[in-house]
Amino acid sequence: MKIIAAMSGGVDSAVAAARAVEAGHEVIGVHLALASNPQKYRSGARGCCTIEDSHDARRAADKIGIPFYIWDMAEEFHDGVVENFLAEYAAGRTPNPCLRCNEKIKFAAVLDRAKAMGFDGVVTGHYARTEIGPMGKTLHRAVDPLKDQSYVLAVLTTEQINGAIFPLGDTEKVDIRIEAEARGLAVAQKPDSHDICFVPSGDNAGWLRDRLGSEVGPIVDQSGRKIGEHNGAYTYTIGQRKGLGLSVAAPDGSPRFVLKIEPVTNTVVVGAREDLAVNKLFGEKTIWCGPAVGADPLRGFVQVRAHGAPLDCTYFFDGQRLIAELDEPLLGIANGQAMVIYDGDRVVGSATICESA
Amino acid sequence: MSVYLDHAATTPIFDVALDAMQIALRKVGNPSSLHTEGRSTRKDVEDAREIIAKAVGCLPSEVIFTGSGTEADNAAIKGLFWKSGKKVIVISSIEHHAVLDPARWLVEHEGAELIEIPVNKSGVIDLDFLKELISKRGSEIALISVMHSNNETGVIQPIGDVVKLAGDIPVHTDAVQSFTKAPLSYKELGLTSMALSGHKVGGPHGIGALILRRAYEIPALLHGGGQEREIRSGTLNAPSIVAFAAAVASHQYRAEEVEKLRERFETGLAASVPDAYINGVSADRLPGIVNVTFPGTQSDSLLLLMDSENVSCSTGAACSAGVHRPSHVLLAMGHTEITAQSSLRFSLGANSTEADVDFALSVLPTVIARGRAANQK
Repeated sequence: MKIIAAMSGGVDSAVAAARAVEAGHEVIGVHLALASNPQKYRSGARGCCTIEDSHDARRAADKIGIPFYIWDMAEEFHDGVVENFLAEYAAGRTPNPCLRCNEKIKFAAVLDRAKAMGFDGVVTGHYARTEIGPMGKTLHRAVDPLKDQSYVLAVLTTEQINGAIFPLGDTEKVDIRIEAEARGLAVAQKPDSHDICFVPSGDNAGWLRDRLGSEVGPIVDQSGRKIGEHNGAYTYTIGQRKGLGLSVAAPDGSPRFVLKIEPVTNTVVVGAREDLAVNKLFGEKTIWCGPAVGADPLRGFVQVRAHGAPLDCTYFFDGQRLIAELDEPLLGIANGQAMVIYDGDRVVGSATICESA
Repeated sequence: MSVYLDHAATTPIFDVALDAMQIALRKVGNPSSLHTEGRSTRKDVEDAREIIAKAVGCLPSEVIFTGSGTEADNAAIKGLFWKSGKKVIVISSIEHHAVLDPARWLVEHEGAELIEIPVNKSGVIDLDFLKELISKRGSEIALISVMHSNNETGVIQPIGDVVKLAGDIPVHTDAVQSFTKAPLSYKELGLTSMALSGHKVGGPHGIGALILRRAYEIPALLHGGGQEREIRSGTLNAPSIVAFAAAVASHQYRAEEVEKLRERFETGLAASVPDAYINGVSADRLPGIVNVTFPGTQSDSLLLLMDSENVSCSTGAACSAGVHRPSHVLLAMGHTEITAQSSLRFSLGANSTEADVDFALSVLPTVIARGRAANQK
């Protein structure tokens, strides 16, 4: 096949491209420039969009022996990922920008463009597997549980999965580094990227404050009584305990946690740990990574964070929302988080949490 | 087959230049040394200087060898500015970054005021604008810099008229693209300074020349051994200088033949992609450059597709990270950001053939169709 290798400049995408070449594909390396000014989002540190990263990607492509180009996706990235990230926080939700990037950029803008240009698909360094079976091509967890990225890929439709190649899903990260070394790739020991690539310094709260302002608002308990103040409600996370700076102790002296963020009134609601517990999740904007699920309850797992545990649940789709009933209560769920349903290690689909009970 | 249509970026080295360079590389002798070997190398350099001087119509002492065309432009822009003691720099809005960026640097660091001469839709500078500017603020102008021909469109600029309007104001021209390809005489034009480059004319990389009027001394960018009128210190790069001159002396670029190839390409283009249009088509252009806008495409997609069909061309402008930005040249000619980013530059050279042109034309329809599809989303 003729495929585009999305090369970030990191070790994973470099090995993925090399494996795709070895598998007999005609591969062209593409680095996605996600900021129009390469210094804009992150400078010097690890990230997706520095000049240094594009250089590393280019050198990996040289080593592998494939053509290399840079695609400017800055506008798409800004509109589809950064703006969405800000809007979600401004609305009191907790988004995951990596999911949005996979949904809107890597497997949408890039894949669409690749296909139009006569390519068959996109290969990336994500840790996930695909299988071809009676349900067609399906998305599965990687064998390395610490690196598994199926959660952030659970926004891919069947068509997108059909155009995606994940050569690393069968290998543990430690072996990818060894392989990169053996292949003579200079990025073999390059540190993993973490945090959010467009937030320099990793200071999420500070980055949000700079863009959304830091309007002082009340922190209230569940009865509505004001017990403190905050500098911008969106810098809090549901379940957060530290940094609340509350002057009034709880009646029983127990710690208090953020229960709710109300953006319209700029209010943060706190309460006891047990008030965080939820048994039922409701998700909107459902995406099926394989056959659609109906109203008949099914047993499986739900995962609500990129590296969170899979939780036993019963799930179904009521025609509008994806609903997961948890076997055990779960603490600290924020609207905006993605709920991803698994059937064993197969990704069934995902939705954005809009309510929990 | 693979077809190289990016001669405006760099040209293949001519055999005569490569041969001359190999001989020179084997010779020992710093041209500044006084002994036999030094004198021999010095002779080679001075022979080369005379060849370059003759080719551009200047005195040998007016040729200052530099490391690149960019260095020559920088030395001229900064040097003429500092020498004048005046604050206003006038350049065209379509200058190469080798002129544009030092001019902007002088604005940021040396208190200069930068005025850009606009161009018309064909990419030719507005002489009326310049005339009025000089009549109003002539006494404040440190220098005027207008390129001899544009590197993206090939459009030739009326430098003779600029020099006439300028009167006593020093005029620099970046002649990197024009040298050996269009009539060019430093003396007849009456210029103060001019920039040339070796690798655009069949010579090696890493050699350029600043042509600067005799006895017209400017502050140096590099200080050291005092070579090249103390304007450009540093051991002379004799092998590259010799090869540069050998390329120039060989007269291998046949303008009328290259122009015929360009016409063949343009005729074929009109037939295969009817809505494509050539930028600067009605202006006087260099023989070898065709800048084409393909509506509804993105040039970086087109470049990838052309490259995978083994045809090398250019998007015209790139930043250090390799991200394609809209060309300031096309924007100055009235393009929108979108149409500016739908354009490719094809540039023919001394060794281009009809087969090259025909092959490029044969792959264009598919490439453009795919490029359009990729741009639909």
